[in-house]
Amino acid sequence: MEKLFQAANTSGSISGPPSAREYFNDRLFRSIALTSAFLIIVLVAYILWEIGREAMPAIGEYGLGFVTGTTWNVSKGEFGVLPEIWGTLYSSLLALLIGGVFGIAIAIFLTQDFINHRLATVFRTVIEMLAAIPSVVFGLWGIYVLIPLLKPGAEWLHDSLGWFPLFGTNLSGPGMAPAALVLAIMILPTVAAISVDAFRRIPYKVKEAAYGMGTTRWEAILKVMLPTASSGVLAALVLGFGRALGETMALAMLIGNANQISLSLFSPANTLASLLASNFPEAGRIEVQALMYAALVLLAITFLVNVAGLAVQQYTIRKFEGKK
Amino acid sequence: MNATAEALFVAEPYQPTDDVVIDCQVDKIFYGDFLAVRDSTVPIEKKKITGFIGPSGCGKSTVLRSLNRMNDLISVFRFQGSVMYHGQDIYAKKVDPVVVRRYIGMVFQQPNPFSMSIFDNVAFGLRLNRYKGDIEERVERALQRAALWKEVKDKLKNSGLSLSGGQQQRLCIARAIATEPDVLLMDEPCSALDPIATRQVEELMLELKENYTLALVTHNMQQATRVADTTAFFSVDISQGGRTGYLVEMGPTRQVFEDPREQLTKEYISGEFS
Repeated sequence: MEKLFQAANTSGSISGPPSAREYFNDRLFRSIALTSAFLIIVLVAYILWEIGREAMPAIGEYGLGFVTGTTWNVSKGEFGVLPEIWGTLYSSLLALLIGGVFGIAIAIFLTQDFINHRLATVFRTVIEMLAAIPSVVFGLWGIYVLIPLLKPGAEWLHDSLGWFPLFGTNLSGPGMAPAALVLAIMILPTVAAISVDAFRRIPYKVKEAAYGMGTTRWEAILKVMLPTASSGVLAALVLGFGRALGETMALAMLIGNANQISLSLFSPANTLASLLASNFPEAGRIEVQALMYAALVLLAITFLVNVAGLAVQQYTIRKFEGKK
Repeated sequence: MNATAEALFVAEPYQPTDDVVIDCQVDKIFYGDFLAVRDSTVPIEKKKITGFIGPSGCGKSTVLRSLNRMNDLISVFRFQGSVMYHGQDIYAKKVDPVVVRRYIGMVFQQPNPFSMSIFDNVAFGLRLNRYKGDIEERVERALQRAALWKEVKDKLKNSGLSLSGGQQQRLCIARAIATEPDVLLMDEPCSALDPIATRQVEELMLELKENYTLALVTHNMQQATRVADTTAFFSVDISQGGRTGYLVEMGPTRQVFEDPREQLTKEYISGEFS
């Protein structure tokens, strides 16, 4: 074919077909990309299989009772993770609420002409640096700074509004409130950075349309920019939530590792990841199997949350952007 | 060409024959240090279509966007002169541009529906202005006038972005006219449309001028002759090293196209440059 084109070309064109090397590079790149994608799937499957294999005896022994049981007693051989499931979801939801509100607010502040572009870049870099702080440092900060800081307020809230379930107990040290606050700070960079990108992707013409209708800045942001960025903002929230679910070290240090279910913000609790981290080092064979089962439960929760988040995101894309 | 003589050229002012809704007198428009437009007087007459034509960079869009303070979105924009709207200079200090834009609506070059349903797009302005009456009826009327109702009446809940380009542009027109703004500014509204959609939008403009005052920037001179009652021709002055736009001639469309006063106008409309 190339020969045919070349022969027919009488106008002295310098056009020519790609060389064999270029075709080779093309194929090479494609196979590298495919292999990488495939390896990720293999890796996830392998991890699942390994954990599942180790957890198998525990799954056979405790069945679904493991998920509904509320005691973790190694000497009696009783294992249940309902309090940990509760603690995981409760702390992550609280963190998502706080981190989500602040993260989206930061994204709006950085993208909607409140400050000039250069300053916004500086701000953004600082926020992203939060993500680089090791989680053990957050844990230490929580123990030595945040908990003492929260104590007087928590005491006052418990004393005056103790009838309200959220303030039902006193903060004696580690507990849900410091854990959720630190978790919120830890997911803030994720939520903020991805939301910033979502707002930046909004074409200028959308902003023009909003202001052209005579919106105030507040109306433009709330009624136009936020709905337009909603699918990206949702993605940010899902990723932030996923990060909160799996966070281990800071929570193990701050949440109190107490096997109980309580609505109170000030009572100690436990999460699945923190259970794993605290109990693994000294666990015997039977407990390791139970912990592997707990890890599977955590994976399942994370998976379900991601699928649900994706479904909501697809729904908003269909609803707002009209794409199939 | 003599540079200083060129720079001093100021168009003979157009004598309006009808009530003037917006009396725009540009002394200078700057973007930062860049002088974009100078010395242009453009009165917009009531219930007429005023066309703005001229080559790229002549400032016609800049002048149009100055009429409802859209340019204020650009931080380095500076306007010297006055835009009198019902006797009030909209560039006066106490005037809030948000209020100006509610009375002087705008349709843009690129269709820019919001990412929400077709209904919500058209109802946007009504809700913004806290309209207490029958929103559904107003939405239907706006869509009908924008010649879009038949195509979308069964899918008002679908996203505005699911429509084709031409439909999106008519949706934006419906959104702009739903609140019955006094004046409608259109900045090359057909440049992204095919000939059929263009024709529909042009028919719509002629219908709209029964009730509204329109100002239209167009790159298409045939479009100006088809719809504009008066035409303002802008050109760009590159003799100073900059690219400053200015008004060359303004008059009834027929006169501008058939018997232009200025040589430059004659050359432009005969297609000698663009």
